[in-house]
Amino acid sequence: MSVAGSAEGRPAAGRRLSPRSLLRHESVLLVLVVITLAMLAHQSDRFFTTDNLLNQGRLMAEVGFASLTMTFVIITGGIDLSVGSILGLGAIMLGVFWKNVGLPLPVAMVLAVAVGGVCGLVNGLIITRFRVPPLIATLATLSLYRGLAEGISESRSVRGYPEWFFRLGQGDVFGVPTQVWILVLAAIFGALVLSRTTFGRATYALGANETAARFSGVAVDRTKLLIYTASGLAASLASVIFVSRVSTTRSDMGTGLELDAITAVVLGGTSIFGGRGTIAGTVLGLVLIQALRNGLALSGVKGDGTIMVIGAVLILAILVSNMLGRDGDG
Amino acid sequence: MEAIAAPPLGARRLRRLAAAYGQELVVLGALVVLMVGVGLYNPRFLSDTSLTSVFSGNAYIAVAAIGMSMVIITGNIDVSVGALIGVLGTIAGTLAVNGAPTWVSWGTPLLVGMAVNAVIGLLVAYARIPAIVVTLGMLSILRGGLISATGGKWISGLPSAFRLAQERFFGVPSGVFIAAILTVIAALWMRYSSTGRAIYAVGGNAEAARAAGVRTQGMLVLVFALHGFFAGIAAVLFATQLQVIQSTVPPNLEMSIITASVIGGVSILGGTGTVIGSTLAALLFSAIASALIFVNISAYWLRAVLGLLILGTVLADMARRRRKGRIQ
Repeated sequence: MSVAGSAEGRPAAGRRLSPRSLLRHESVLLVLVVITLAMLAHQSDRFFTTDNLLNQGRLMAEVGFASLTMTFVIITGGIDLSVGSILGLGAIMLGVFWKNVGLPLPVAMVLAVAVGGVCGLVNGLIITRFRVPPLIATLATLSLYRGLAEGISESRSVRGYPEWFFRLGQGDVFGVPTQVWILVLAAIFGALVLSRTTFGRATYALGANETAARFSGVAVDRTKLLIYTASGLAASLASVIFVSRVSTTRSDMGTGLELDAITAVVLGGTSIFGGRGTIAGTVLGLVLIQALRNGLALSGVKGDGTIMVIGAVLILAILVSNMLGRDGDG
Repeated sequence: MEAIAAPPLGARRLRRLAAAYGQELVVLGALVVLMVGVGLYNPRFLSDTSLTSVFSGNAYIAVAAIGMSMVIITGNIDVSVGALIGVLGTIAGTLAVNGAPTWVSWGTPLLVGMAVNAVIGLLVAYARIPAIVVTLGMLSILRGGLISATGGKWISGLPSAFRLAQERFFGVPSGVFIAAILTVIAALWMRYSSTGRAIYAVGGNAEAARAAGVRTQGMLVLVFALHGFFAGIAAVLFATQLQVIQSTVPPNLEMSIITASVIGGVSILGGTGTVIGSTLAALLFSAIASALIFVNISAYWLRAVLGLLILGTVLADMARRRRKGRIQ
């Protein structure tokens, strides 16, 4: 996205170096995470308690789901700015299907997740069929999906969900928050798909060089369609969990989620130009952001101060990683 | 692939027109159709007061979209400009309330905006960090900084001399006047000056531009700094609209500004587009927003309508581009 020349030059360089440079970014990040955790633990007694850590996992889950699929999206060289809006629309549709249409809640949940899948599929179709750059396509649907959520709900919220529904967002399984289990399973699944399957290889291939991938017989369009659909599904799954966690639906839910997810992914070492990145990196990025947010809050920094630190960390991490990367290039 | 894009018959003529006269004409046409259509339905829409409010309310978006268009034409993007406008507006207001001369309150945001965005430009051009990453980080820094600094409090008690946006020049609301003047100057500068042409060159093909003697990295810093300058003007207009300055800007303000640029015909791929288009698009947005009220559509649907409009414009643009490519 910066100068056209470097945009084309970089993925190739990244791929040539890939195993070592990946390790390098992730080890830098891991060291950073460990130092941060140690410092935060030193700062506040309340940070390294089981309760606090589990609760942070709970808060991390919604961005987490979006980040996992965002990793795939960014590895293909794309971006999905509409996930926050899909989360909002998913939440509203859950309320509509259950309260207004009168469907049983489990059916409403499935349908709400399906709506997210359709939204993602539409993104994918606009991008693959009409060749609209992903940034613009999802910028447009960001407005459209949020607009639909606002129009359908007319800013009314839906409350009064049954007790069992809250187990998803507020309950525990074996002492660990329910959504943390789901997030961990999803992360393992995502990591396996990305690193061990032909689909994962296709994802890297088309991110590194789409034309080459097409000529090598990679089903480029189908791969992208699946990835954007999965991105929508992840966002709407997050919406169901979000609604369960906060016990209400509102049309402004998930505003800005896309930026949090992209920050986690990029911090995790995925190249914004595509072709390079791992799920493990994304998970480290997520943990670092959440730890910073929580730790700084515990040591008395106000919520807004922590956003500043996260922004600075994002820029610095990429700056350092770029410098190390260039040394490696020789 | 081609078969899917086959357009309906009416769109074909429109597209030929658009290919010849560019996206600007399409936006202007949409604006005229909208004004006439809604005016026929409800003549009050065309009355003096409502037209004035239509155009002055969004003037700051048009001004910010001038800088954004330049950034996008170089093939970059800035998602932090909404937060920047909030910060600069607060700076202006704080100065004004504390008794600084009016020209200082108005001028400081322009300089601070240039400085902040020059840093972005340096990181993008010399550290080679993609603009979307730098500005994502900057978005967090500015937004967090703004709320920390103000504590979410509003600034009130602004001196009356400070309220630029509430004045009128030659009978025209100052915002509209300033947006129009800046658009014309920027459009002429970008079309006829060698520096202006270089902006297109950098976005069209950076390597070729370099070979032709354009200092591409310096150009990027300049363009981002200019973008910050326009953001400063936009911030002063935004901050002086009301009697108070809120510590928040409209949500997704950066998206509205980017959208104005893109609908106005600035290609996100870089290298093409004009600021006339982006200003017309900003006008179109505000016209649509107020038209909804006059045709009794709930304001809740505004965003969905805008989203559909953006999508339609983008799809039409891609179809036009592909057609053009085939002719060549």
